[in-house]
Amino acid sequence: MREAPDTTTVDVRDPRVVDAIDRYWRRNVRIMVALLVVWAVAGLGCGVLVADVLNRFRLGGFPLGFWFAQQGSILVFVALVLVYALLLNRLDDQHHVELERIGRGARPNSEP
Amino acid sequence: MSVQAWTFLFVAVSFSIYLLIAWLSRVSDTSGFYVAGRGVPAIANGMATAADWMSAASFLSMAGMISTLGYSGGMYLMGWTGGYVLLALLLAPYLRKFGHYTVPDFIGDRYESNAARMVAVVCAIFISFTYVAGQMRGVGIVFSRFLEVDITVGVVIGMAIVFVYATLGGMKGITWTQVAQYWVLITAFLVPAIAISFKLTGHAVPQIGMGSSLLSDGIPLLEKLDGLHADLGFASYTEPFTGAWSRGNVFCVTLALMAGTAGLPHVIVRFYTVKTVRAARWSAFWALLFISLLYLTAPATAAFARYYMIDSLHGRTAAELPDWFHNWRRTGLILWLDDGDGRLSYTGDGDAERARANEVFRGGTLGATELVDIEVAHQRWLDSSGANGADGREVLRARGLSGPDQDIIVLATPEMANLAGWIIALVAAGGLAAALSTASGLLLVISSSVAHDFYFRIVNPAATEAQRLVLGRVVIGLAVVIAGLLGIFPPGFVSQVVAFAFGLAAASFFPAIVLGIFSKRVSTVPAMAGMIAGIVFTASYIIGSVYAGMPSWCFGIGPQGIGAVGMALNFAVTLLLAPFFPAPSRAVREMIESIHEPEGAGPAVRIEAAPEH
Repeated sequence: MREAPDTTTVDVRDPRVVDAIDRYWRRNVRIMVALLVVWAVAGLGCGVLVADVLNRFRLGGFPLGFWFAQQGSILVFVALVLVYALLLNRLDDQHHVELERIGRGARPNSEP
Repeated sequence: MSVQAWTFLFVAVSFSIYLLIAWLSRVSDTSGFYVAGRGVPAIANGMATAADWMSAASFLSMAGMISTLGYSGGMYLMGWTGGYVLLALLLAPYLRKFGHYTVPDFIGDRYESNAARMVAVVCAIFISFTYVAGQMRGVGIVFSRFLEVDITVGVVIGMAIVFVYATLGGMKGITWTQVAQYWVLITAFLVPAIAISFKLTGHAVPQIGMGSSLLSDGIPLLEKLDGLHADLGFASYTEPFTGAWSRGNVFCVTLALMAGTAGLPHVIVRFYTVKTVRAARWSAFWALLFISLLYLTAPATAAFARYYMIDSLHGRTAAELPDWFHNWRRTGLILWLDDGDGRLSYTGDGDAERARANEVFRGGTLGATELVDIEVAHQRWLDSSGANGADGREVLRARGLSGPDQDIIVLATPEMANLAGWIIALVAAGGLAAALSTASGLLLVISSSVAHDFYFRIVNPAATEAQRLVLGRVVIGLAVVIAGLLGIFPPGFVSQVVAFAFGLAAASFFPAIVLGIFSKRVSTVPAMAGMIAGIVFTASYIIGSVYAGMPSWCFGIGPQGIGAVGMALNFAVTLLLAPFFPAPSRAVREMIESIHEPEGAGPAVRIEAAPEH
């Protein structure tokens, strides 16, 4: 497990840092909203609201709406949390690299 | 060896393992083995969270509820796992970055108000007690059914075990105990499911077996079930929106369970113990993966057991009935009151005639003597061709006790599948593991709510560590006793109280935490107004419809799902009022900005050394 990065060299009032943090947050929210839309469509949508319509179709021996309510939605939920962990942890890494670059650029000779 | 001997052995061995782990963690702790900030690995934390999450109800009752409800049972599956997605995406990483101990900590600091903190404390304690009482009852039930000891003795043994490892082991001890408990409970759940799937369909994977054809006549299992249900007057197994479960009602219950689940304090606390924000996300994934093993299997067990139960009971004579029926009949979980033709008839309440023809009942909360009275009167009624005595079927139907108890599905599945005695004993150990792991997590929440949030943060901020430690342990002791008493003398309305706990968590905590994290504009007054509106609306609706016979005036939504409306009301009130009140202070705005990005997260809370544990 990676250690928490040291950000004491970054000045939070630096406009480039403010920008970077802003960008990070917007991307974070975009990923989250996209995943929550899938969450709502799979669980509340396919599993509940249109379950009777989907039940006219079959998936193997399962009526489709019933399958979504008791199996499919759970599989989608597990996948969503996995995708979230992968995407967000990558985004965190990119953000960390970006902040480090700004930190080094701003004070090139500050290292002892 | 008999089933009972195996059960004694398994329960004794598993309890010794739990106590040993708690003791080892304790020893390591005092010898200074742990470095401050060194958290639990994400995968172990995931397993512990899964055990913490899956209660006695998930293990013992959920498959039975699905078996009874058919499609609508999906509400519980989707509600409890879908809520986990909300928790993982909306709350866990941010609360980890916030880095204090408890949910009331976050609410109190974010809204700069001790009144808000107090509301959160009361909600946390209420939710935890509701839950922990159910766990203690679960322990008592397992003991009384498998070991034939008194339910009170069972609850007392459970209290003693939880008390020892919750007070001595602290969070670290509990976490590693829960990892062991996860393995016991998941093995105990999967083995019977695989066995019955193989027996009925020839597929070893229950999730595939559920969608396959029966070995006996080649008809797909679910189709066969729908056919049997139609013949016997039960609501369709796979068709949605039957009876009281309209589309709107299923939607609201699912949503209320989702939002309520995301607000459960004993699970949120877990995410404070991992090392980094990154580990919090991984640990959320591992936890849901481990939870889904049980949640994907439960509906399969439900369908198999449903088919098997109808097939092996309906139309049989006493001599033809299977052994498991006779074994469980003694416990009152399933009763047969014949109409005199010597053949069992198990029918649904689709129409009045079929409802009258049903001969399968359960004892419910009736005492043993009451049941004997009913059975004796029924026998006299039969012998005298209706001249004397009373038709027991009418008596039990009037009390709403038609059909077997739902817990029998999980308890009797191993016997239905003709499994060996030691596997039946394993189910007893699994049920106890599920109940104890959840109970210990909840007791820590109760203890921290009182000793940390209430005493230290509100009453006496100058309290020393020693004082808080003593208070924390005393509170755990008291909480165990109260929980045990609630388990021995259960209030007759347990299911409504649980619905109340979820509804309340959805209508109070969930919007306040989400808006607290994602909005820099929402300040104290709008948030408090929203919480109060949500709580008052939800509480009065539930109390009104359960106790005062109020009709479900809000679009026909029942008390179980009303938390979803309360939540919407909370969001609406808060967001409408927010523009009219000044924004939160600069310090709070900076705090929100800091939890938005993961950089510079502090070390994990060293929760095993925290004074309130």
